[in-house]
Amino acid sequence: MFSYVIRRILQSIPILFVVITLVFVIVRVLPGDPAVAALGDYASKDAVEALREKMGLNAPLWLQYLRFLGDICLGDLGASAITGYPVAAQVLKVLPHTLELTFFGIFLGYFFGIPPGILAAVKRNTFIDYFTRIFSLLGLSIPAFYLGILLILLLSVQFPLFPVVGAGDFSNPADNFRHLFLPGLTLGLLMTAYITRMTRSSILNTIREDYVRTAYAKGLLDRVVLFKHVLRNALIPIVALGGLYAVVLIGSSVMVEIVFSRPGLGKLMVGAIKQRDYVTFQSVMVIYAIMVVLLNLLIDLIYSLIDPRIKYQ
Amino acid sequence: MKQEVLGQPVSRKMLAAFLKNRTALIGGIVAVLIVLVSILAPLLAPYDPLAQDLPCRLSASDLNHRLGTDDFGRDVLSRIIWGSRVSLIIGACSVAFGMLTGTILGMVAGYYRGKVETTIMRFIDVLMCFPDLILAVAVTAVLGANLVNLIFTIGLVMTPRFARLAHGALLTIRETEYVTAAQAIGVRIPRILRKHIFPNISGELLVAGTLWVGEAIRLEANLAFIGLGVQPPTPTWGNMTREGVDVLINAPWISIYAGLSILITVLAFNMLGDGVRDMIDPRLRGE
Repeated sequence: MFSYVIRRILQSIPILFVVITLVFVIVRVLPGDPAVAALGDYASKDAVEALREKMGLNAPLWLQYLRFLGDICLGDLGASAITGYPVAAQVLKVLPHTLELTFFGIFLGYFFGIPPGILAAVKRNTFIDYFTRIFSLLGLSIPAFYLGILLILLLSVQFPLFPVVGAGDFSNPADNFRHLFLPGLTLGLLMTAYITRMTRSSILNTIREDYVRTAYAKGLLDRVVLFKHVLRNALIPIVALGGLYAVVLIGSSVMVEIVFSRPGLGKLMVGAIKQRDYVTFQSVMVIYAIMVVLLNLLIDLIYSLIDPRIKYQ
Repeated sequence: MKQEVLGQPVSRKMLAAFLKNRTALIGGIVAVLIVLVSILAPLLAPYDPLAQDLPCRLSASDLNHRLGTDDFGRDVLSRIIWGSRVSLIIGACSVAFGMLTGTILGMVAGYYRGKVETTIMRFIDVLMCFPDLILAVAVTAVLGANLVNLIFTIGLVMTPRFARLAHGALLTIRETEYVTAAQAIGVRIPRILRKHIFPNISGELLVAGTLWVGEAIRLEANLAFIGLGVQPPTPTWGNMTREGVDVLINAPWISIYAGLSILITVLAFNMLGDGVRDMIDPRLRGE
């Protein structure tokens, strides 16, 4: 197990490297001049040239790339072109809010998603099954921001139970949770739709296996077969696919942060785009890249815990 | 070729399966209706979507304005009808673009194998590493938000999916006898890809395409909601939802109806795509 963990961690380093390179390509190689972006279209040529020099944009591309990588390795994300504040500090300030939101969403997704998925599979082609399928199709189609707006209208405006904007203080858990609940529920419901669907089809696939028939033939109780034989095996793809969807959920968290005006990476990124603050924008992209790679690593490790066969491959 | 040895032709079986699948049928009908609405927008819309009527701004639904008016007194219903155009154009064109580039990449990778394959598929893996939305936001932010760039961006996000699909499908087909036979008589590679391989994977690609039009439309709406969509005053559903949020307490209907249009459209395409997938797959067709 230990050697597998080490091997898997080492494997993610080149992936991380390539993903960060992609960020560089998007931000610097695609057309568009960051200096013009920061100063606006009407800036004088001299001013643009001076800023280009200051931002190191006149250096050859390979040198810019090496500097970019070097700075990231040192944890130096540069200073915002607009405010002058160090970006790393800003990122560290908002990162806990995004992590809290995403993990709460993932947790709710598994928590609410697995039971109806099991029920739908067991009661296949009944009313319960149809209802569950319609619900998950709805959840897979609704844009995150629209679900957020509907929840605000219902639970903040119609029944004023939860605050609409901002995030709570971490030192006050109750207040923090009150602020987290609606945005988290938005992400959680999106994830629930997906997990329900995956659980249903995974269980339907597992139920056909020979060992399940054997278990029934041995005269085991339905309940025992379902929980000990079917669910344990059906869980493997659910965890794997759920993990893939968690990456999608990181994308949706951007929308949720915007709708709920909640501090976080997504809000920081969109704010940076609107202010044409390209240093901050590029840094947030790097952080997202790191988050996605780490998340994939985490999923693989959990996966190997559930399914011991994997680590021997 | 189309005729099976026994029983009905496959195409008729598929049609029967499609008609029997109520989800797909409803999805298909709604999708066709939405396309019709967007084509007939000039005839259907009761008002000019850009015409402002400031005295009756933010008025709720009444006989003159069925879905109310927005902050500038523009008719919400007319704007929703016209807004369908941007959604559908971007949805269809970006999927077509992604299908074209993705299929070419996937087929080339799958046919040549070796280093070409490794390079292309690793590139695809990296693109897939990012959440769709974040990749789309980044590329749009750099390129600038307009119709053509949005089609390019969303097409780029769709490319890896088609590439993987084409690649996977090709791996099984390239081992078949007819491909070997074509190679043996010296057919040139582009022709093999076009005439012998593409027709065999086109069905699968088309299904995926239907399924992902909904996803592309949703992505466009997300970008528009952030402010990275087709710029105002052009009505798009994402723009309208965003503008509605500013007056959410006093005039919730703007966001509700605009968002509902997105939901219904994406849902219709997803239902259609799901149904078409079941229809193509003989195991799910119940044979």
